Amino acid sequence: MSIPLIFVLVIIAATVLLGIFATKKSKTASDFFVAGRSVSVWMNASAISGEYLSAASFMGIAGLVMKSGYDALWYPVGYAAGYLFLLLFIAGPLRRFGAYTIPDFAQGRFDSLGFRKIAVVFVLFIGFFYTMPQMKAAGLTMGTILNWPYWVGIAVVGTVITFNVAIGGMKGITVVQAFQYWAKVFAICVPLFVLMAVFGGYNGHLGETAEKVKSTPRLQPDVAVNVNGKEKAPLNTISLTASEATIISFAPDKEYRIAKISPARKPEPGEDKIKASAFITAVRVGSQTNEIQDALAGGKAFDVAKGAYFICNPQTVMKDGKPVMSNGKPLKTGVKIEFEKGGPVTFRPGDIRLQQAVAPNAPSNGKWLNPYGPMASKWGYPVLYTYSLIIALVCGTAGLPHILVRFYTNPDGRSAKKTTLWVMVMLGAFYIFTPMWGTLGRSLMPQLYVTGAFDSAVIKLPTLLENKLLGQILSGVTSAGAFAAFMSTFSGLLVSMSGAFAHDIYGKILKPKATPEQRLVAFKLAAIGVGVVSMILGLLVETFDIATMVGWAFAIGAASYFPLLLLGSWWKGLTKYGAAAGMLLGGLLSFTAIVCNMLLDKKVLTWELPNMVRALMEQPAIWGVPLALTTMVVVSKATAKSIPANITLKMIRLHAPEEMGVSKNYIEG
Amino acid sequence: MQDDAVVEERLSAADAEQLMHRVMWRQARLSLTVAAVFIAVLVILPLFNLLCPDAASVQIGGFSASWLLLGVLFYPITWLLSAVFVKKSDQLEMQIAKEEKR
Repeated sequence: MSIPLIFVLVIIAATVLLGIFATKKSKTASDFFVAGRSVSVWMNASAISGEYLSAASFMGIAGLVMKSGYDALWYPVGYAAGYLFLLLFIAGPLRRFGAYTIPDFAQGRFDSLGFRKIAVVFVLFIGFFYTMPQMKAAGLTMGTILNWPYWVGIAVVGTVITFNVAIGGMKGITVVQAFQYWAKVFAICVPLFVLMAVFGGYNGHLGETAEKVKSTPRLQPDVAVNVNGKEKAPLNTISLTASEATIISFAPDKEYRIAKISPARKPEPGEDKIKASAFITAVRVGSQTNEIQDALAGGKAFDVAKGAYFICNPQTVMKDGKPVMSNGKPLKTGVKIEFEKGGPVTFRPGDIRLQQAVAPNAPSNGKWLNPYGPMASKWGYPVLYTYSLIIALVCGTAGLPHILVRFYTNPDGRSAKKTTLWVMVMLGAFYIFTPMWGTLGRSLMPQLYVTGAFDSAVIKLPTLLENKLLGQILSGVTSAGAFAAFMSTFSGLLVSMSGAFAHDIYGKILKPKATPEQRLVAFKLAAIGVGVVSMILGLLVETFDIATMVGWAFAIGAASYFPLLLLGSWWKGLTKYGAAAGMLLGGLLSFTAIVCNMLLDKKVLTWELPNMVRALMEQPAIWGVPLALTTMVVVSKATAKSIPANITLKMIRLHAPEEMGVSKNYIEG
Repeated sequence: MQDDAVVEERLSAADAEQLMHRVMWRQARLSLTVAAVFIAVLVILPLFNLLCPDAASVQIGGFSASWLLLGVLFYPITWLLSAVFVKKSDQLEMQIAKEEKR
C-alpha cells in the first residue's frame, strides 16, 4: 500500500470518528442548524477557517502563484483580508439578527416570504458552484496519488461527508472542521520547512529570480513531459522561448496530431505573417521529412510522422520587410504549437552545450516576479484587472452564505466580532505559506508549465527529495491536507444547503407548521439528497479549472449577498424590491459575463469582442458590485412605501449591544 | 432580559428614531474609519507598483519591496487593523450599553 494512501485513510478515519463523537451531543434542531449557538470564539474561528480553506486554497493558490507570480499574490491576500469587511460591517449585525440561515435574514429584515425564495435560490446557486470544484479536487487528488479513476475520490469524499452531516448537522461538523483547520496548517507548513531546508529558502529562490530577470526556468535534461491534447483545451498549447532554438522529439511508438502552429507573440496589425515552416524544421532519422514540411507549409492540422523531431527556431518579427526593433534589438518570437492529440515529448536546447531546454509556457523571471505580469496583462488592461480582482475577493468573501451562516453559531454579536479577528489571524497564518510553494514549484518543477497541472505542485514537490521514504511521507501529509481541505469545505456547504432545503424551503415555505422533529428529519433527508446531487455534479466538471469555478462563486457572492447584507444591516431605507432587483441584476449579470468568457476561451462562442470587454467579463466585480449597490439604492428609493413598519425596531436590534437588554433572536434557541 | 412587549413598545416609541441613530451611528463611524484605512492600502499598493516600479522592485533580503509588502507584511497589517477595531468596538458597545440601559 502506498504511503500517501495511508495518510489519506487516516484523515478520513479521523473525520468519521470525530463526527460520530461530536454527534452524541447533537440532538435538537438548534444543534443541527446553528450548533446550539454555543460555539466558543476559539472553536468557531478554527471551524470557520477550516471550512473556508478549500481545495482552491490548499492546492490552487500555490499553483496560481507558480503560474502567474506576483499578480496571483492578490488571491491569498484577498481571501484572508476579505474577512475585514465582514468584521467591520456584517459579523456583528448578522449574529444579532439571530436566525438559522441567511434566507432567514432576507425574510426577517423585509417581512417578505417572496424575498426568502430569491435568497434560497442564491444559497443553492452559490453552494453548488462552490461544491463542484471541491468534488473535482477530490477526484484529481485520488487520481494523482493513487491513479484511481476520477469518480472514486468523489464517491469517497462525498459519502463520508454526507454521512457526517446527516448524523450530526452543524454541531457535528464544528469539531471536525476545527480539527481539519489544524491538520491543514500542519500539512502546508511542515513539508515546506523540510523542502526549504534541502532546496533553499523562500527569499533565496526569489532573490535568484530577481538577479536574472531576463531568464526563464529550464527543464530537467531528457525527461519526457506529457503534452495535452484537445480534450484538455486550452492547456493543449506550448509556447517556446524566443531567445534560443528548442528541439522537440516525439516518442516513436505514439501518435500525435498538431492542430495549429502560430507565433507565440500575438502579431500586431501590419506585421508580416510568419509561416509555420519558417519556425520549424522537421527531421526524421533515416527517412524523408518532406511530408511533414509540406504539412507545415499547408497550415492545416496534420499527424506527426513516427519518430520525427522538430527543430524550432525563433523568428524575427518583420513589418514591410524590415525587422521590428525593440530596445535597439530586432524583436523575435518563438513558436506556439497547439496539439490535437498529445503524448510524451522531450524538449532539448538547440545549443547542445546548454543541456537543459527553456521550459515552454513559463513567463520570464522579470514578468513573473513583477506586478502586472501575464495574468493581469492578459487582455492588455492590467490595472483594471487587478482592481477588479481585489474587489471580487474582498467583497466575495463577505458574500458566501455557507461561511456567513457560521456566525449564527456564536453566542452573541461581540463574540462574532472576536471570532472574525481570530479567523483572519488563522487564515493569514495559512495563506502566508502558499506563495512559498509556488516559488519552490517554479524553481524545482518547471515541467508543470508544459502540462498546466499546477494544482498538483503541492502534492508532487515533496517527492523530489533525495530520501524517497521521507518524500513519500511528506507527500502523504500534503495529500491528507488536501483531503481535509475539500472535506471540511464540502461539509460546510452541505450544512448550508441542507439548511436551505430543510429550514427555508420545507419549514418556512412548504410546511410552516412542521414540528421541530419533522424539520430534523427533513434536514437529514436534505443532506443525503444534496450529497448525492453534489457527487453527480462533480462527475460533470472534470475538465473545468478549480480556481475558475471558485472564482464564479466569489463573483456571484460579491454582487449579490455582499450588497444585501451591507445595505440591509446599515441602511433602513433598503426595501425588498430594491434588494431583490440588485441581487438579481448584479449576481446574474456577473455570472453571465463569467460563463460567456469561459465559453469564448473554449471557443464554443466565437464573438469578436474588444479586449477591455473581455477583461471586464473575466473579472466582473468592478462593475457588478457597484451595479448591485446602485440598483438597490435606486429601486429602494422608488419603492420606499414597502419599508416594514417596525424597521426602527429591527435596526436597533441589529446593532444594540446585548447588555442593552433589547436583543432578540429571530429564531430562539 | 426584559419582557418582550415592554421592549417592543419602548423601541417603537417616538424617540426610537433617535435611539437608533445613537446606537448605529457611532458604530458605523468606527467601521467606516477602519474601512477607509484598509481601502487606502488596497488602492495605494497597485498604484505604487504602477507609478514607482523602481521603488517596488528594490531588493530587501531576497524579496522585492512589492513582494514583501503583499506576500508577507499584508497579513500582519490586516491583523493589526482588525485587532484595533475589535478593541475599540468592544469599548464602544460597553459605553452604548451603559448610556442606553434604562
